[in-house]
Amino acid sequence: MKAHRKQPLYLAFLLHRVSGLALALFLPFHFYVLALSLQGNQKLDSFLHWSQLPLVKFAETGLVFLLAIHLLGGLRLLALENLPWSNAQKNYAAIAVASAFFVALGFLLRAF
Amino acid sequence: MSSSAATSSTGSIAVSVWRGDARHGNFQLFQVPQQPSQTILDVVTWIQRHADPGLSYRFACRVGMCGSCAMMVNGIPRWTCRTHVNKVLRDNRLTIEPLRNMPIIKDLACDMSEFFDKWKQARGQFEGSSTRDQQVAALSPGLPRRRIADAATECINCGICYAACDVVSWNRDYLGPAALNRAWSLQNDERDCAGEQRLRAVAGDAGCHQCHAQQGCATYCPNELNPTASIAGLKRMVSQAWFNKGLACHPGKKCGLGKRHA
Repeated sequence: MKAHRKQPLYLAFLLHRVSGLALALFLPFHFYVLALSLQGNQKLDSFLHWSQLPLVKFAETGLVFLLAIHLLGGLRLLALENLPWSNAQKNYAAIAVASAFFVALGFLLRAF
Repeated sequence: MSSSAATSSTGSIAVSVWRGDARHGNFQLFQVPQQPSQTILDVVTWIQRHADPGLSYRFACRVGMCGSCAMMVNGIPRWTCRTHVNKVLRDNRLTIEPLRNMPIIKDLACDMSEFFDKWKQARGQFEGSSTRDQQVAALSPGLPRRRIADAATECINCGICYAACDVVSWNRDYLGPAALNRAWSLQNDERDCAGEQRLRAVAGDAGCHQCHAQQGCATYCPNELNPTASIAGLKRMVSQAWFNKGLACHPGKKCGLGKRHA
């Protein structure tokens, strides 16, 4: 990474952008699974059975982290652009990352 | 390449300096004697005076007032006259390049025309309505808008925020942090009467809405200004104008302030 980018709020920007792209890539797969339910119980059940694999549960945990970090990072940006300025942007970004981590951890603990 | 004045004693710094122009160039290595309280500008000046008189760079005041000596130091934009070597030295090495996001004229001197043109595009000139025959407007320092403007007025046009901004490198038309910060300070100047036109100028495709709030500008501004906060203020101002009067800055359509333009 270039030296001028090594600062916390650039990393917050990068995380928001990468999580958004990853979620966008996941979306067609999500719609495909939803479409399975239109093709009958058997097809959907066979997929849901596959989703019980530990590897898939870990992947879902990653997905929950991406969703949470994108949501919380987006709320930070909305507040930055629409509310009176606050100098605590680094703190808000850190809170967003920590909260997303705990949300994902909570999902993982409930998944097993 | 080492210069004729090169030394390899322990009291020297290995300095890689960008040499070349807009078309091509590469780094040239110099060994510069280390001095107490030495600034990066001192290093560059030493190279020009003792190693290579052909080295081009720009400076004027040497005390952090004029904003002309900014360069990339170890990949970070800095005002070189106020940057001490011992604060940025890594493994006894320095890398000095011209500012990012601006065309190189020669060596460490870059062309800042585009940077200043964007100030004009953002309507960065004060436009008053009173004449010299009228009394000077009295503005209390405690007025809320005056305090907002004050926070953005200490810009020295060094171009560091412009070089630190990735959005400028992605979108060459983007007005950049300095021009938008200037626009914000004027939007909060009670005496200025070009607020409508200025808001239209900064609300376009290359204006304030391009900012991704990475805050490199605020991180590296030598005067500790916060252009991101100024740009966020402009975004709020444009949104308010849109909600109040229907902003659309396209020819033939109503502008943000309810007027139709050719």
